[in-house]
Amino acid sequence: MSGVTNGDGALEPVQPRIASETLFETAELRDWFALLKPRVMTLVVFTGLIGLVVAPGRLNPVLGFTAVLCIAVAAGACGAINMWYDRDIDALMHRTRNRPIPAGRIAPGEALGFGVTLAVAAIIIMGLAVNIAAASVLALSVAFYVFVYTMWLKRRTPQNIVIGGAAGAFPAVIGWAAVTGSVDVVPLILFAIVFFWTPPHFWSLALYANDDYRRANVPMLPVVAGAKETRRQILLYTLLLLPLSLAPWAIGFAGHVYAIITVALDVGFLVCVWRVVRDAQDATGVSLTGDAPARAAFRYSILYLFVLFAALAVDRLVG
Amino acid sequence: MDAERRSPQPDAAARHEADKQLARRRRARNWALLVVLVGLSVLFYAITIVKLKTQG
Repeated sequence: MSGVTNGDGALEPVQPRIASETLFETAELRDWFALLKPRVMTLVVFTGLIGLVVAPGRLNPVLGFTAVLCIAVAAGACGAINMWYDRDIDALMHRTRNRPIPAGRIAPGEALGFGVTLAVAAIIIMGLAVNIAAASVLALSVAFYVFVYTMWLKRRTPQNIVIGGAAGAFPAVIGWAAVTGSVDVVPLILFAIVFFWTPPHFWSLALYANDDYRRANVPMLPVVAGAKETRRQILLYTLLLLPLSLAPWAIGFAGHVYAIITVALDVGFLVCVWRVVRDAQDATGVSLTGDAPARAAFRYSILYLFVLFAALAVDRLVG
Repeated sequence: MDAERRSPQPDAAARHEADKQLARRRRARNWALLVVLVGLSVLFYAITIVKLKTQG
């Protein structure tokens, strides 16, 4: 063991340079940015912004920007904490093994500290600058994502992304609460749309990332119930989503422009999902086309939510 | 022998390159922190002005 002598001449051990220090110096800026899951953050920011835009009333642009920034930072914080908690299974999956923690570029403790700091800061700033209602829903969404989805559900039940999907459905409610200081039926409808959109979206991904999830022992529906049942559930949740997507029009909150665009989007989604159900498959339900329809449905689902929420905003601003 | 003495040791060259990379990463991180701190200062200033206008 190496050491240094103290004033008495006795040898004192020198602490070896710990790994986290080494990793801290190794990480590039882009690694810290990757911890925030920027692609997920994009959708979260967008739905939060739409909640803010369609809410009745007016919010000063500076405060509106602050609200969206807090939503984005909190979403990124959730991503960092999720990567900290899931670092063991991330290392086992092709899709995630190059993330900063399993790749050894950022130490787990640093990622956790980074995530917690950002989450707390985002909630406090939202509360001080915007209002307590928005900060409370933001805090609830962070807690739900970290404790309910990441730590409790994800590794225990194939319904993980069904219940956990609520975490991703909060931003529209937060945006609405930022303007109004309260939550009523419209943001709850927006919440429900994202909630029922999540299973078809994630299970389409899970169908073609099935091997990854199996290797990591994550009980996603295709791993536990098989591809056939997953396709059936995707269809079921899509059928539940379609009437919900028209609810803003049905209650008179949105106009005909929104209704027409939504019907077109719904037809497209149904066609995509029907192709997933009718995909050429063997007796066990394994796709013979490399899950091409599921990949297409996954891509379409992202487009669907973007266009649906954009249509609502345009309809409200124009109408 | 002379040629060996003149050329830098492979270890030293690698260490020099590693030090350069480390300095580059530190510089990038410091610049990023500066941008974040300046951004937050501007944001808090703007929020304060808005609050003063709306509440005062």
